[in-house]
Amino acid sequence: MPATEVAATDATLENPPTVVVEPRSGWHFPSLGELWRYRDLVYFLGRRDIVIRYKQAAVGAFWAVLQPLLLAGLFAVFLGVIAKVASAPGVPYPLLAVTGLVLWVPFAKAIEFGTMSTVSYENLITKIYVPRVAVPITALASPVLDMLIGVGIAIVIAGGYGYFPSFRLLVIPLVVGLAMLIALGLALWSSALNVKYRDFALGIPTLTMVGLFVTPITYPLDLVEQSINEKFQFLYSLNPMVGVIEAFRWALLGSPLPDIQVLLMPVLCSVVLVITGAFYYERAQQSFADVI
Amino acid sequence: MAKPAITVEQVSKEYRLGQGVGFEGQVTQRVDAMIRAPFRRLLGRGPEQVAGEKFWALRDVSFEVAEGEVFGLIGANGAGKSTLLKLLARITMPTEGRITLRGQVGSLLEVGTGFHPELTGRENIFLNGSILGMSRREIASRYDEIVEFSGVEQFIETPVKRYSSGMFVRLAFSVAAHLEPAILLLDEVLSVGDAEFQRKCLAKMDTIAHNEGRTIVFVSHGLPSVKTLCDRVAVIEGGHLVAAGPTDAMVADYMQRVEPVPHGEVADISPNERLGTGEARVTQVSLVDDADQAVEEILFGQPFTVVAEVEVRESVAAAVFEVGVSSEVFGRVMTADHTDGGGEDVFLRAGDRMTVRARIDSTLLPAEFVVDVGILDSNGVTIDYVERVISFSVKNVAADGSRDTYRWEHVAGHVRPDSRWEIGERAGLVRGEQEVLP
Repeated sequence: MPATEVAATDATLENPPTVVVEPRSGWHFPSLGELWRYRDLVYFLGRRDIVIRYKQAAVGAFWAVLQPLLLAGLFAVFLGVIAKVASAPGVPYPLLAVTGLVLWVPFAKAIEFGTMSTVSYENLITKIYVPRVAVPITALASPVLDMLIGVGIAIVIAGGYGYFPSFRLLVIPLVVGLAMLIALGLALWSSALNVKYRDFALGIPTLTMVGLFVTPITYPLDLVEQSINEKFQFLYSLNPMVGVIEAFRWALLGSPLPDIQVLLMPVLCSVVLVITGAFYYERAQQSFADVI
Repeated sequence: MAKPAITVEQVSKEYRLGQGVGFEGQVTQRVDAMIRAPFRRLLGRGPEQVAGEKFWALRDVSFEVAEGEVFGLIGANGAGKSTLLKLLARITMPTEGRITLRGQVGSLLEVGTGFHPELTGRENIFLNGSILGMSRREIASRYDEIVEFSGVEQFIETPVKRYSSGMFVRLAFSVAAHLEPAILLLDEVLSVGDAEFQRKCLAKMDTIAHNEGRTIVFVSHGLPSVKTLCDRVAVIEGGHLVAAGPTDAMVADYMQRVEPVPHGEVADISPNERLGTGEARVTQVSLVDDADQAVEEILFGQPFTVVAEVEVRESVAAAVFEVGVSSEVFGRVMTADHTDGGGEDVFLRAGDRMTVRARIDSTLLPAEFVVDVGILDSNGVTIDYVERVISFSVKNVAADGSRDTYRWEHVAGHVRPDSRWEIGERAGLVRGEQEVLP
């Protein structure tokens, strides 16, 4: 398998940067130095995504928060009021739904946008050289913004219910960061695979919909512990987003923290997914322009 | 001794046709073959050939480009020039061999990569600049120059979707022209924009090449632009580099090697490697005489008609059809468009198939000519352009059976214009008028 290598980077006349392009086999990690040199590209492409999403939209970024809030409202009425699903002890049901959905909706979007990124940036891949790993990374820009706005709204709503911010909010950057790293790890795999098999762009929305139900978003985690047997509980706890969402509820509402293995799952998953995804992506990207 | 800016050593590029592209493709094929293997054995057949159909787009190509040199790549469509440029640009990877690039590389295989219609001119300059590898600070420092060169100052805060296609192309080229890499890779993107802007672009390319001392690799289909810009040229044929050397010698060599353009008759055109925005495509070109018979030779003074079949893919509000007659070595000899004499631009409706006939009544001098056909939008931006699709020769035999032919053995020039002569004594100029009409 071919690849590029940057041998020197300082561009003096005596020592210009030398790039050797030759076939290279095996597994390699994308060059972080090169990604850093192209940081302005990541910035402008991410910005472009955000700007064009809301250009010519009358209420602009409001739509970013409307979807999770509307879903939270629907779940509050149909599950909370009509089906009488129990909430976490001491937490009003609407707040349970809001705290779950402001994280989940942008998380799902990040995976979907990331998966589609390689194909939607086709001309960037076939017409010019840029570090290709930048492509799925930039796709995260607008979901990250949505998540931050959503978290802000959730803090305000929680305040309205009498949950006042505490020092625990300091873990929120970690919560958002873990969610986005998991999304990035998945997107590295799926965006690379989507270049050849468009099934991934088609299948991912279905998977994120399943995810909405196998994560304690619209029901409390206790409910799972009470109603399913241990084997399935173990399977359930493998879902890394369980820990992310429970940590967020702890930070915002002071809900009890789940077991340590539930909390470590997102850390483990994000590290494993990002590293394996990056290796796979770097290997696959060498033939992107020939396959896409 | 300075090292060459670019060293290409025994580079080959293989494409697999059909399914088996990339290593995932190999995996699925292998799995497929593994499942089938036992059955094949049962049936007494040998192991299956796993590899799909392979095709070497480039084979064993080696050359060097010195620092500050303008290096041209010429060859027929599909010869591998564009693949070679993509390898140099690191868009795709070689299957074998090695390329060493000494200096920062900027490539321009298309203008306006990453431009977004919803963004303003200013936003697109920064976005496109960063895609081309410039940092935010570099773009900011050249921003005023870029805007000035483009000539769209007034509209710089307007979304580019409100730009005419001419303005769009000018802005896009301006960003690219202000890239300052040590090595610049260019595909023939110069054939965009209106005539005035094209001249400006060529002049800019010339400055970049010869005054700023940067190394340029230039892929072109048109020999005239290669002759103006390039110091050295490599000829690519069927994926092999067949010759490399000084421009004049190589152009002459290429003329010997070049596959003759189909003479007369009907030429069906493959949609590969086409210039233009593509809303409409020329699918067939033929040359006929006034009796509607396909011809490959015309007589001196005989009118001829270029017939082009056009397929419209997306509607175009106002389009212009153009026919050019060129000499292979000297370039364009004459150009006509359907609005000559004050005609209106035409609306092209998506899905339509059209036949365009251009009758040209102009006396060409005896020689070989090729026909180019183009479709432009009302701003002169190329929608489709096919070059050298068909060739014909002009015989030194008068069409009307008279003796009015080209009288010398060696032909100078290409066209006999309508002319009116007055010849007489210096004083008083007696009426000695002669009219020469084709």
